[in-house]
Amino acid sequence: MPLLWNYSYKNISTRKLTSSLTIFGIALVVFVFTAVLMLSNGLNQTLVDTGAEDNAIVIRRASQTEIQSIIYRSMANIIKTDPAIKIDSNGTPMVTNEILVLINLPKRSNSKFSNVPVRGVTPMSLEIRPQFKIIKGRMWRPGTSEVIAGVKAASTFKGCGMGETVHFGMRDWKIVGIFETGGSGFESELWGDVDQLMDAFGRPVFSSLTMKLKSSNQFDGLKARLENDPRLNVEVKREKEYYRDQSSSTTLFINILGIIISIIFSLGAIVGAMITMYAAVANRTVEIGTLRALGFSRTTVLFAFLTESLFISLIGGLIGLITASFLRFIEVSTTNWDTFAELAFSFRLSPRIAVQAIIFALVMGIIGGFLPAVRAARFRIINALRAK
Amino acid sequence: MSEVFVQLQSIYKSYWRDSLEIPVLYNINLNIAEGEFLALMGPSGSGKTTLLNLIAGIDKPSQGEVIVNGQHIDGLSENALARWRSQNIGFIFQFYNLMPVLNAFENVELPLLLTKMNKKERRQHVETALSIVGLSDRMKHYPNQLSGGQEQRVAIARAIVTDPNLILADEPTGDLDKQSEEEIMNLLSRLNGEFNKTIIMVTHDPRAAEKAHIIRHLDKGELYD
Repeated sequence: MPLLWNYSYKNISTRKLTSSLTIFGIALVVFVFTAVLMLSNGLNQTLVDTGAEDNAIVIRRASQTEIQSIIYRSMANIIKTDPAIKIDSNGTPMVTNEILVLINLPKRSNSKFSNVPVRGVTPMSLEIRPQFKIIKGRMWRPGTSEVIAGVKAASTFKGCGMGETVHFGMRDWKIVGIFETGGSGFESELWGDVDQLMDAFGRPVFSSLTMKLKSSNQFDGLKARLENDPRLNVEVKREKEYYRDQSSSTTLFINILGIIISIIFSLGAIVGAMITMYAAVANRTVEIGTLRALGFSRTTVLFAFLTESLFISLIGGLIGLITASFLRFIEVSTTNWDTFAELAFSFRLSPRIAVQAIIFALVMGIIGGFLPAVRAARFRIINALRAK
Repeated sequence: MSEVFVQLQSIYKSYWRDSLEIPVLYNINLNIAEGEFLALMGPSGSGKTTLLNLIAGIDKPSQGEVIVNGQHIDGLSENALARWRSQNIGFIFQFYNLMPVLNAFENVELPLLLTKMNKKERRQHVETALSIVGLSDRMKHYPNQLSGGQEQRVAIARAIVTDPNLILADEPTGDLDKQSEEEIMNLLSRLNGEFNKTIIMVTHDPRAAEKAHIIRHLDKGELYD
């Protein structure tokens, strides 16, 4: 611990105005930095949570997403016989063939149209996604024009609320239930009977097959078998990895944009910290001379001023971080650039982000405080003692 | 006769301003015995403070040697000098030079932070030093809550808290009223007489100088009896 930490700390509390302004500047930068990371993490986690570790998804080779993928029924029948697929208590393989189509609906907030994913599912779809839960209404009945809406789709889009009717595929579809899936991306979708939706959209092919594995370590064997089967032209991914990949373009964009903004802001905060610390050094020249005359070394004086700068940046960092943490109560929606579907998600704070934000604040403190601290340490004692 | 404690041999000191050399001290030779109380007098600009700074090791002579308690301090590195000062010198300044954000206790404690003492030992030393200067009841007071005389007494407590042998005082009464001046000079006399501290004091004030055993005069950089 620096010898003069008490002196450093008390100087901050004494210079309330200048310290507060610098703390505010650093807090603002840390707030922006943390918000960007939370946004990116929220998007990423929402999609990652969509997948399960022991689920695998099969799409056509070279398709980035289900939207672009085609799986013929003949291919689906071959895939369903793979020995890695878990068998349920009724002796049925836990695999579901689904279609995913984008439709265009107006938002409740501004009536602007945006893409909503409609997923054709089977009863098995619910078995392999245990996080699925109907929170209002009921499940759709097979063979009807009924759909259920994810809780985020219901709140975001007109016509998707409980009991409302939405028109697509040349039919009116009644919303008979609202479901949750633990905050995952499925909550931004509409789900209906896969056969009805294939018929409505005139699509005789599936988009994907999702299956529960007997165990997670069966994945490599499954992947090798299916991808090397000459009758199939498919790609197999772990469901979690598939959804993580789907967020890559958008999170990359958010990260790059956010970090550029943070860096530009941080330059301002660093200059602010530097001005504060230079002023502190100039106002305390005699004190510095006295400390040196008493026997404190240049290094101790340097650390005293650096500590002061670090105190300021730490306080600013904590304020910025705590303020940003309230963003987790805000939900945003954006178009996922990988799927072009509207995805609703929340800002998410993680211990890693908190540590990154505090390190970022401390780095600003070190950079802003270093030169003034060096200046303080380089004073000649006799000159410092004579300063007015 | 006590042993020589401070020895200045053929000291010459000059400063450079751009390319102009400004001599400050010429051929200073001075021996000060252990337990001595010396007053250095002289007009402004005569080199009194410079001489004090050389003895304190916060400035170095251009020529000559400074020996304190057998140690040639003019040859020490900067870090070694800082360490040496913290162990051997107690400094008293004209304007007290207390840290305004620290209270009396914390100001006096400062030099002890450079020692290996634990918190309890530091507390004992600080309380002893403050009781010697009569400020046991002002420990929690900040400099702006003290009178000039009390501030200087805190500064004296800070100077003696590490129990140094040598106390250097630069115009210790220069900023005080008569009553406070009397108190401070009595305190310095007590430190010299009762605690056997060697004291070198720079002063303008003949009344303050009267308390010293020896008075030397500096004029235009030269030392006179």
